[in-house]
Amino acid sequence: MMQAGTALWFARHEWRLAWRDWISMMTAGRRERLPRALFAIALFVVFMHVVAYWIVGPDADAVADKALLVMVSASIVLSFFLMISQAMESATRAFYARSDLDLILSSPAPTERVFAVRMATIALSVAMMALPLAVPFIDVLMTRGGWRWIGAYGLILAMGAAATALALTATVALFRTVGPKRTRFVAQVVAAVIGAAFVIGLQVAAILSYGTLSRISVVESQTVIAHAPALDSVVWWPARAALGDGFALACVVTLSLALLAVVIVLVAPRFGEYAITAAGVANSSAASARRSAAFRSTSPRGALRRKEWLLLRRDPWLVSQTLMQMLYLIPPAVLLWHNFGDGNGAYQLLVPVLVMAAGQLAGGLSWLAISGEDAPDLVATAPVPPRFIVQAKIEAVLGVIAVIFAPLLAVLAFASPWHALVTGCGIVVAAGAAASIQLWFRTQAKRSQFRRRQVSSRVATFAEAFSSIGWAATAAVAAANLWLAVVPGMIALGVVAGARFMSPRPQWA
Amino acid sequence: MQHFTSLAPDLFALEIRDLVKCFDRPAVDHLDLTVRAGEFYALLGPNGAGKTTTLRMIAGLLRPDAGTIRVAGIDALADPVRAKHVMAWISDEPMIYDKLTPHEYLEFIAGLWDIAPELASPRAHELLHWLDLLPHAHQRCEGFSKGMRQKVALAGALVHDPQVIILDEPLTGLDAGSARQVKNVLRERVRSGCTIIMTTHILEVAERMADRIGVISRGRLIAEGSLDELRRQAGHRAGHAAGDAAMTVGASLEDTFLALVAEQAEAA
Repeated sequence: MMQAGTALWFARHEWRLAWRDWISMMTAGRRERLPRALFAIALFVVFMHVVAYWIVGPDADAVADKALLVMVSASIVLSFFLMISQAMESATRAFYARSDLDLILSSPAPTERVFAVRMATIALSVAMMALPLAVPFIDVLMTRGGWRWIGAYGLILAMGAAATALALTATVALFRTVGPKRTRFVAQVVAAVIGAAFVIGLQVAAILSYGTLSRISVVESQTVIAHAPALDSVVWWPARAALGDGFALACVVTLSLALLAVVIVLVAPRFGEYAITAAGVANSSAASARRSAAFRSTSPRGALRRKEWLLLRRDPWLVSQTLMQMLYLIPPAVLLWHNFGDGNGAYQLLVPVLVMAAGQLAGGLSWLAISGEDAPDLVATAPVPPRFIVQAKIEAVLGVIAVIFAPLLAVLAFASPWHALVTGCGIVVAAGAAASIQLWFRTQAKRSQFRRRQVSSRVATFAEAFSSIGWAATAAVAAANLWLAVVPGMIALGVVAGARFMSPRPQWA
Repeated sequence: MQHFTSLAPDLFALEIRDLVKCFDRPAVDHLDLTVRAGEFYALLGPNGAGKTTTLRMIAGLLRPDAGTIRVAGIDALADPVRAKHVMAWISDEPMIYDKLTPHEYLEFIAGLWDIAPELASPRAHELLHWLDLLPHAHQRCEGFSKGMRQKVALAGALVHDPQVIILDEPLTGLDAGSARQVKNVLRERVRSGCTIIMTTHILEVAERMADRIGVISRGRLIAEGSLDELRRQAGHRAGHAAGDAAMTVGASLEDTFLALVAEQAEAA
């Protein structure tokens, strides 16, 4: 029997919670779906191995020259930035999510031990999240290039530890500088920016240097390789660790774990104090900027639209997610600016990127407006026909899409009216399709469940993604040849029709 | 824009005929119920008796399998939008938005019910004042206690000046002060001609506030009337069963209610 209250005992408790949470996420809360979920995971793993074989198979025996080290390092930095972003998101949630914090803080258990375990769990979960994508590549490289590639697993663990250490440090630093009231919002925005920064940076560099959106062109460039540090530089340790250099791997793993240990030792004893402060902030109410006593005149639809916009604006997590999606629009915007008046080639690239982004953003916002209604009974008892309510909510979503994409479309219209027209139509159709899918698969949920929205319906999640991809492809083809777009258009329409067919029957309320 | 005044006292605020709703078993079983305009009607019953299901059907949140519902003379099933204009619904779980302030919430409801700002704005101010929410009118609801949230929900229900207010366990979880404020506001609404239909497990509230009390069990109305009438009904049945009429003298609503429900359970 494990002794209660020890670090190992807490670790087992955390592991059990995480495992059940994962199972629940995979099965959407229904255990009978487990075999199907496992089958789907197995299929995904096989598919990813095929993809990995196609991408890295020929490079398994590559010699660790500068070009390879630059390429591997770039991949590591990209993953590392995403890991820091994920860890920061988890650390913020650990401060502000109440769940079992009250229980922990009111128990006689040593809280620093609980929080130390919890921080280590963040590191492990961040590393685990990278595995589904990394495992197939490492497996293929091991099969084709030998056991030296197994070091990549150790590197992922080290990256998880280092990313968590940095994220915890950044979150605590924010807590002490901007205060608990603003930390949640600022941390989520910072996490979004960090997650997107490296990819966007590479893309912007690629556009400015080579006129393309491909980030690979930068890391493959001879200029970068020529200016890279010498082969024996410490900078290459992580890349060398991934390539099977035992010494580099040992150094990277030891340093990362040591860094995490130091941060945990420093932060864990104060974590309870921070959590209590954060709880105090959560229980205080923010004051509204508008203090006018008079109501504004509006129709029921106008009232619904305004309510949706107000709630969207005041949701820090959503604002950070939207910001991240908007950050990913920076490279296309730079491409547009860089190639303004230079011909159709660059604009052709913009069309699918904008349509895809609009579809994805519309899907998320539609879920919030339609399913994430915190007062469903109130809205249902309002004296307006149900279709008015739905229409107003979709108008609110499309309004946000219009505000975000209209400036880009306006600039594109000056450069190439045809591409702007096709992109505009694509955005409207992709956003409309995403909103329709969310409408057909609507559930009753809280806005706070947004990050788990895919759990309620896998069909809706996949349909929304494939629909956005389909309409992006349709718009891309249509921009080049209108008639050829019939084929991808029919496929996209088929995806939407399939979603409609599989959607549950609407219930009267 | 519409504004309703109270109903004529001789009119029924609510008429339910032969209402049926089945889930895996009948939740509401051929229920007949009438509430007069300007009446405070308390609907009592054990857990799972069908009270909330009945109220949700009246509010238009659930479709009945059979039967008719008329609210202020309006067929609520044929013309739900018109019926909703004159109704307000409050549940035990306050339906408010954490990220809105009480002022913004009331403005949203006024817009949703299409009430002119010049009518709704002073009414909202008055309600916030009555319910001691004025100092918090411009703070977001996310940090509010259960009592404050319920008061915000109540203000929202009253801001469009409904003729019929339907409340499902509105006092659950409220402290004594908040409960008294809510009860005072409800009393005032009844005095001004509004009809209130409320479920509660706090029998003392029903005893003190209700003009008439209906007892529902297994989806059927098993007794109805003032407290005295209920005592007589319970005493009459108990007398039949046990040969005495003790229930008729000074029995509390709790004794009366338990006797009625127990008798119904035995009969089933």
